[in-house]
Amino acid sequence: MTPLLVALGGGTGAILRYLTDRRVQSWRDSAFPWGTLTVNIAGSLILGVLTGWALYSDLPGTLRSLLTVGFCGGLTTFSTFGYETLRLFTEKARLYAVVNVVVTVVAGLAAAGAGILLAVLIWA
Amino acid sequence: MADPASVPRPPWDVLAAIGAGGALGSLARYGLSAVLPHSRGQFALSTFATNVSGCLLIGVLMAVITGATRPHRLLRPFLGVGILGGYTTFSTYATDTLDLVTTGHPFTGLSYAAGSVVAALIAVLIGSEATRAWLNRTGAKR
Repeated sequence: MTPLLVALGGGTGAILRYLTDRRVQSWRDSAFPWGTLTVNIAGSLILGVLTGWALYSDLPGTLRSLLTVGFCGGLTTFSTFGYETLRLFTEKARLYAVVNVVVTVVAGLAAAGAGILLAVLIWA
Repeated sequence: MADPASVPRPPWDVLAAIGAGGALGSLARYGLSAVLPHSRGQFALSTFATNVSGCLLIGVLMAVITGATRPHRLLRPFLGVGILGGYTTFSTYATDTLDLVTTGHPFTGLSYAAGSVVAALIAVLIGSEATRAWLNRTGAKR
């Protein structure tokens, strides 16, 4: 059962990542990878809430497989983040590359922390 | 907000390829985490290995796609957006880092956070440069 839930969540997350990336990049005509940044921050926030839920209350195993391992893992990506950063660097947009790394890491950690705090307010 | 019609609806086969790839990539990540488990307060080795190997492979894939004359239109959606996107994860990286730092393992947390990014970027570079060099060499022989 668990692999099925992981696959279902991961597939759904990947499709949502693609649709979000397209939409966000169409709003901002920019070389900066806003789309990937958006899904990574959103996914970290959601996973923060789920992590807090598991820590302070009882997260059902079904939801853990479907949402934590599957959906959040499929929604967020490290490979595209790495590829886009390197591409910015080699295309002489070095400042963008550095800004992308710093903003992604700092905002991702802040979003995960905010998610955990939200879970504390709900469940603790 | 942009007019919703301004972004054309993607073809169904592209979405299906991304969904199938994302499912397979997530399963591979789940499998690796079962083989390399870590307890709280430990360096998250499986996520680190997943993200670095996924970055190596996206470097290879993008060099192949950029170098190909007519890459199949579903190649990048299935392998890149789907499998490698579903395989690698940023959200677990973020929560694992926070967990390490807030449970009294700041050094492990910081080395995990910085090490993942540095190793991932080097992996993309190695994957793409090695593939490009190999393609150039085999291309010259023809």
